[in-house]
Amino acid sequence: MTMDFSLVSIAPLPVVLPFLGAALAFLLIRKPALQRRISTAVLSLTLLIEVVLLFSTWEHGAQAVHLGGWAPPFGITLVVDRLSSLMLVVSTAVSLAVLIYATGQGQVDGDEDAPVSIFHPTYLILVAGVSNAFLAGDLFNLYVGFEILLTASYVLMTLGGSGPRIRAGVTYVVVSVISSLLFLLTIGMIYAATGSINMADLAIKLENLDSGMQLTLHLMLLVAFGVKAAVFPLSFWLPDSYPTAPAPVTAVFAGLLTKVGVYAMFRTETLLFPGDRINDLLMLVALLTMIVGILGALAQSDIRRLLSFTLVSHIGFMVFGLAMSSVAGLGAAVFYVVHHIIVQTSLFLVSGLIERRGGTANVDKLGGLARLSPLLAVLYFVPAMNLAGIPPFSGFLGKLGLLQAGVDLGTGTAYVLVIGSVVTSLLTLLAMARVWNRAFWRRPVDAIDPDPVLLLPVSAVKWQGTAPVITGTDADDDDDGMSDSNSAGLSWAMVGSTIALVALGLAVTLLAGPLVEFSNLAAQDMLDRTPYIEAVFGEGAGQ
Amino acid sequence: MSVNITLLVVMGALFAIGIYLLLERSLTRVLLGLILLTNGANVLLLSTGGFAGKAPLYNENISASEYSDALPQALILTSIVISFAVTAFMLGLIYRSWLLVRRDEVQDDLEDRRVATQSSFDEEDDADVPAETTEFTSPEESEERPGSRTVQDTQHTGSEEIR
Repeated sequence: MTMDFSLVSIAPLPVVLPFLGAALAFLLIRKPALQRRISTAVLSLTLLIEVVLLFSTWEHGAQAVHLGGWAPPFGITLVVDRLSSLMLVVSTAVSLAVLIYATGQGQVDGDEDAPVSIFHPTYLILVAGVSNAFLAGDLFNLYVGFEILLTASYVLMTLGGSGPRIRAGVTYVVVSVISSLLFLLTIGMIYAATGSINMADLAIKLENLDSGMQLTLHLMLLVAFGVKAAVFPLSFWLPDSYPTAPAPVTAVFAGLLTKVGVYAMFRTETLLFPGDRINDLLMLVALLTMIVGILGALAQSDIRRLLSFTLVSHIGFMVFGLAMSSVAGLGAAVFYVVHHIIVQTSLFLVSGLIERRGGTANVDKLGGLARLSPLLAVLYFVPAMNLAGIPPFSGFLGKLGLLQAGVDLGTGTAYVLVIGSVVTSLLTLLAMARVWNRAFWRRPVDAIDPDPVLLLPVSAVKWQGTAPVITGTDADDDDDGMSDSNSAGLSWAMVGSTIALVALGLAVTLLAGPLVEFSNLAAQDMLDRTPYIEAVFGEGAGQ
Repeated sequence: MSVNITLLVVMGALFAIGIYLLLERSLTRVLLGLILLTNGANVLLLSTGGFAGKAPLYNENISASEYSDALPQALILTSIVISFAVTAFMLGLIYRSWLLVRRDEVQDDLEDRRVATQSSFDEEDDADVPAETTEFTSPEESEERPGSRTVQDTQHTGSEEIR
């Protein structure tokens, strides 16, 4: 028992460490090299702590820390259960990979010489906010976690302050503020109705309210989280704003921010408002999110915009799993979240590499990349097939789990959703294959207005160190057309971190057995609700 | 639970004006709308604490139900700090937007414009409002106007031109 206690008392560290790191990085704002080391070290340490927490919850289930020793439900409680520890580990692992990619890109672009570097402190604060949201044991702390990560994301979104980023940033900030406001209003109403904001306490108290009031509060929370998770029809803001940010920032947003919204939906749907009251509504929303999202993706020619639409579309799979309210469905959804965070982030990183290698992210203007850079082709192909759900990748396993759970449920809407999922998977494959055919497979001369770097024979482009060196011609000479090239250098940090993430995606496939088992345990905990409530209030409280 | 009617009326007014301003195209008004809305939310939190005038500090002669609830006030403080930071950031964004394009307006998404100019888009059929009854000028016209004009000016002159 004392062992348990000492282990779970490290739970606040995933929030505290990145904050301390951010403060230190902020002090060293004029020393980018030192900042880089600090943020990498802090995130590695945080990841280590979260892995310890993951194994602790695997063994013992949900545990809680009461900050300042206040008895629940009065103080701030942090709860680590199986779902939150899994989300913590995956999110920090992905953040670490993206951080290494971003610093690699910064080194190539010469950001080291910039007078002030705001990226590292902001990035660490973003990670702290994400961890806080996953750990929060009360609704207001969840709100604060959201605000921390959103405020950091506003800064990252508008980094550099160029025209398109400001335009996208305004939309993003206004939409995020409105959804947060809705969340805050709901917290106020829940407090007025029950006199508590502690989630374990609310799990018991909300049941005593009359059903109309419950439904109102339930739907308000769902709308607030639906905006954050980008669930149709509340997803319109995402493809407009994400693609304009720098590639690593888009990657981390796509991987983490919407998933925090999905996590909040999982938590409130199972803990605060159990039962199948609005499951049909969720099913409908899931179907529309899948179909509308993927149809949007098919219409795009910019890779990052296309990926933003597939991101929206695949949120539908998670909502589908949630709407089934069964251990199999919810477990598959948890597995799918883990798979999707990793795969979607790697695809965005690869799109950044494509843009720098080929000079553009528009597939109409790309061609011949498979010949020019076979490694890049592999790095795109593996996560793309994984996202589309081709066996034996984890995307296939996750979708298979969802389909099986849907068939087991056996209701009419579940069958419609099963068909919708299959159609969406096929359309995802189509969208991914179109990018492959155009950017990688076809001859560069078939592209519309291709970048000069694509038209050079392979033998003319040698890789020396980190940047492409064109032999035989002078790169600065205006006559050879290379001066028009938008192609930029790559570094091993960028390629290496992308390889690591793609490999992590494959590891999810290889370790699918234990991971599915863990996801099902997490789902069982969520549906039982007693483990969470007993972790906060002690044995016997959840009856 | 009994509620203070003044707070309710204030809240209603704040939300109504806030939402109205939010729907404007001018960024400054959108920001003002957000400020009013967050203040409305703060008033809502305040009203959940019950009536004013109860004891804030511990005194052994007062029964437990007679104390004022401190939690909503703590929540409001946090919420004020957050909205303060976001407002400051929004002001920065708006100023930057003004520097770049000299217009205090929500800008069009380029990709949306691209879709709108595709051949399948029919100006009359697909427009949000029928062309004859619109009070707004077309995008081309408004682009020619100097940025310092407010939205209301544009609306006014626009409707006169059409009629």
